[in-house]
Amino acid sequence: MNVILRTEKLRVEFKSREFRQSPKVALRGLDLEVNAGEVFGFLGPNGAGKTTTINVLLGFVQPTGGSASLFGIDVRQPIARQRIGYLPELTYYYKFLTAEELLWFYSRIFSLPRAEAEKRIDAVLKLVELESARKRLIKTYSKGMQQRVGLAQALINNPDLLILDEPTSGLDPLGRMKVLEIIQRLKNEGKTVFFSSHELGEVETVCDRVAIISEGELKAVGRVGDIMGQRASLEKAFLDIVGYQPQPAP
Amino acid sequence: MNNIFAVAGVVIKELYRRKDFYVLFILTIVICLVMASVNIFNDSQIIRYLKELCLLLIWVSSLVIAITTTARQIPAEREQRTLLPLLAKPLSRTQLIFGKFLGCWLACGLVLVCFYAFFGALAASREHTWPLLNYFQAAFLHWVMLGVVVALTLLGSLVFAAPSSNSTICFVIIMAILCVGRYLDMVALAMAEPGRTILSSVYYAAPHLEVPFEMRNLIVHDWPLVEWKFIGLDALYLLAYTAVFLVAACLVFRRKAVN
Repeated sequence: MNVILRTEKLRVEFKSREFRQSPKVALRGLDLEVNAGEVFGFLGPNGAGKTTTINVLLGFVQPTGGSASLFGIDVRQPIARQRIGYLPELTYYYKFLTAEELLWFYSRIFSLPRAEAEKRIDAVLKLVELESARKRLIKTYSKGMQQRVGLAQALINNPDLLILDEPTSGLDPLGRMKVLEIIQRLKNEGKTVFFSSHELGEVETVCDRVAIISEGELKAVGRVGDIMGQRASLEKAFLDIVGYQPQPAP
Repeated sequence: MNNIFAVAGVVIKELYRRKDFYVLFILTIVICLVMASVNIFNDSQIIRYLKELCLLLIWVSSLVIAITTTARQIPAEREQRTLLPLLAKPLSRTQLIFGKFLGCWLACGLVLVCFYAFFGALAASREHTWPLLNYFQAAFLHWVMLGVVVALTLLGSLVFAAPSSNSTICFVIIMAILCVGRYLDMVALAMAEPGRTILSSVYYAAPHLEVPFEMRNLIVHDWPLVEWKFIGLDALYLLAYTAVFLVAACLVFRRKAVN
């Protein structure tokens, strides 16, 4: 298997702003491997360290210890980001631009030749079903459309690895379904998708493998069926793995 | 360089799609036209006062546009979270800072072209002359001076959390430099130690923006052209300060958490 995303003993500590307080440990020796062509779900409760892991992978946060690499290149080098696409959670793109202008801007960042950029813009707008709204200012878009613009910008460079941070967060069922359909199409095209989510039903539907982290530690990793084991759903498995104890009714 | 120009292009697009510039431009036009239409004491030299007032309005408006446009750049990127997908691409933080600077500075240049063109038309309608080289010297140094303002504000936007506080602080600093900066050494001489040393240090360390500001007199009083070598030297002096503020901004931004 061709590993394209790897973290080894990844540790991240954030210094406390309070005097004499010990640093907050966000990740404790995280080991992850994502293979080419798979859809990898990254799960965990709020504050587990999912976004911190993504931030390290994108070079936003420097690890305190361990290492992380994309395509075998250390994530601290900007060139490691040449072949990835990233969709952050709840982003509001430049309201004064149209979707087409926004994609032109990002294609220039990737130094795409004009003809190729034109082709890519047409292709991604078709993929996210925003062709008819391409000349409209983004400020007139609904939340679902804005999220699809986000997906379009993440795909503009035809990335080999797509990192999505809660891509369906805050969307209605229809918007959610559209985003999942796009992920499914990308999977069929052989793209690698690494995404964090709280929607376990979605993860069960589209992911090949999942990892579950809690309090900065990797609790489980494997194929969805293996993680579920004898349990009825991935949600049940997730709750068991993170150690959820239901409170007795008063 | 391609990345820097791409970022700068978005900044310029933002300026002409927002209303700030149009409001200030129309306000300046209206005030100047009203002043120009009034005949005060039948004074034939009233055009000088009109020119002075018009240039002062242009200076204030250009400072407001430069500071407000620059102050919101990085904070808006953080607030709207567009900084994340941007830096997740092969764009370094230094390139982003330079792109933002270039965009704001070029946008200020476009604003100045509009303002000075209007000023030239207004003055020509009364005086029937158009001293283009004088206008060019004044506008050029004005634009280079705005580079210092833009770089300082960009640095401020990385230090202060709110764009409003950054705008206010930068505006106060720039106005203080323009109005009292040149007298600081004289005030320092009248002070006791350690105040004298501190104030003298501030006098020598702060950028002196009074030369571009006083270029207004060249136009108002129809003075002859300034020698080009002095214009060049002052431009270099201002560009050096711009570079210092930009390098400081890059160093601050390098260590800043983006999320």
